[in-house]
Amino acid sequence: MKLTTRLEERLGISLIYICVSVVVVLIFVMIVLLFKMSFISMSKFGLNFITSTTWNPVEEQFGALPFIYGTILTSILSLTIALPFGILSAIFVTELGPKRLRNILGTSIDLIAAIPSIVFGMWGLFYLVPFIRDTLTPILTKFLGFLPLFQGSSFGISILAATLILSIMIIPTISSLCREIFLSVPVTYKEAALALGATPWEKIKFAVLKPSLTGIVGAAGLALARALGETMAVVMVIGNSPQISLSLLAPGATMASILANEYAEATTDLHLASLCYMASLLFIITMIVNSASHFIIKYFKPKAFAR
Amino acid sequence: MYLRKIKNIIFWCLVVGFTLSTFVPLFLILKHTITMGWSELSLDFIFNTPRAVGELGGGMSHAIVGSLMIIFVATIISVPVGIVTGTFLSEFSNSRLASITRTFIGILAGTPSIVIGIFAYVTLVVPWKSFSGWAGSLALSLVILPIVTRSTEEVLKLVPTTIREAGLALGFTKVKIFYYLLIKGNKRAILTGVILAISRSMGETAPLLFTAFGNVYLSYNLNGPISSLPVQIFNYASSPHLEWQRQAWTGAVVLIIIIFAVNIVSKIFVSNSSNASNR
Repeated sequence: MKLTTRLEERLGISLIYICVSVVVVLIFVMIVLLFKMSFISMSKFGLNFITSTTWNPVEEQFGALPFIYGTILTSILSLTIALPFGILSAIFVTELGPKRLRNILGTSIDLIAAIPSIVFGMWGLFYLVPFIRDTLTPILTKFLGFLPLFQGSSFGISILAATLILSIMIIPTISSLCREIFLSVPVTYKEAALALGATPWEKIKFAVLKPSLTGIVGAAGLALARALGETMAVVMVIGNSPQISLSLLAPGATMASILANEYAEATTDLHLASLCYMASLLFIITMIVNSASHFIIKYFKPKAFAR
Repeated sequence: MYLRKIKNIIFWCLVVGFTLSTFVPLFLILKHTITMGWSELSLDFIFNTPRAVGELGGGMSHAIVGSLMIIFVATIISVPVGIVTGTFLSEFSNSRLASITRTFIGILAGTPSIVIGIFAYVTLVVPWKSFSGWAGSLALSLVILPIVTRSTEEVLKLVPTTIREAGLALGFTKVKIFYYLLIKGNKRAILTGVILAISRSMGETAPLLFTAFGNVYLSYNLNGPISSLPVQIFNYASSPHLEWQRQAWTGAVVLIIIIFAVNIVSKIFVSNSSNASNR
């Protein structure tokens, strides 16, 4: 009896260990395989891959700079747009809004995150793109046309469209993370602020926003990582043309969008290897942004009143 | 004094304005998708395969079947593994292997879905030299695995130590404690994580693009390319045929209905289970 129990215990525990080890080894092997696939391209182009601007599959010249530029530009811009929406809606849901509405509003914001990115992409292609072409571009060129950002004519399919779609997609990420962070700030801070006669704005500024600043930075980082890797919505509205253009009205491409666009058509080994190289770069960038944000959030603790 | 009040009022307006405008895109997307897709939604759409270009009618049954098969296999692979890994992370949280596993699961959770697709591509499609449903399932199981692992770990970390001690006092082995007390005892909460992970994987397009690839015929063969709902929507939406674009919208409606239903049901599940634990 005792023997079988012990056997069962041994067997069970070792099964668990085997299962977990298989998971770890599998993930590791896949990362190695990805780097191995990109080896031809890595050895041919080296680090020039990152700085070269030519992407020409026909002549087998591959450089990733236009895509890196597009990825970083769209992500940073969309984060800038989405941050105020995310933070303020989180404030409304956790602090200011009517108590009964809070749950419903929070859930509906989370529902935005549940919409598949392909639906965002379709909506962007059929509604946002015409809207940008017919309504937004004339307004922008009329009032802000002197800026290099809004030069040239627009067909709607543009970096701007990708940016707007991305910002809609990352608002719920920021909002739900910020909600958790705001709720983790001790209530006593707010009570103290109120006792000193603070208005709601002052209360939120000193007792909610300031103590959670590092947490908000972490949340922004996680949202940024999501924007960097978003594929389907972007590939449908950005135009996928490998060019570096200062104007937001011009088409562009991101690392993820070029992967989705060209992977199935890549015929030569070098082309495939270059796409894998790009995927490894994207993987490394998102990994760095993600782990930095997790680090910030993990070591974030609501600080007492900053001066 | 007045300045403070004015600032407060401006702040109020900003918060309310920004919060309300957050819902504008949600509203517009749902409205447009439903107005475009609802009218075509019929049993015909769900049970028929596509017709040739120019012919009216036809549906996406092949894509729905394909999606279901891919997701079924992905679930079978990743959910048990995810639950075991989550249990391991929560119960052996200090071991070396646990911290390595946590790092790898974290990396996988943050990996863009397109890169996950490429992982599956280099692991299965390249050696087999053919797109296959199995590769699609592998890609989706990589999407599901980290979500299930993390939610299981979170759930089990909340279980009081006394429960484990009670098991030990009854002479249970560790494995029995894990299975009967931790996993079975928190079935509901763990299941919620599983459901959310599956619903997330249903909408994923990018990992399937060059793994399952797509197919215009009804196929039950996971060894070859197989169609899936999101990829079918993508292909139809980017085609120039109006009829196909309409079908893409209808596909989107089906997808959204399934995903929202699953999400809302699991929310209700959560609130019920938290009520139950308050007994």
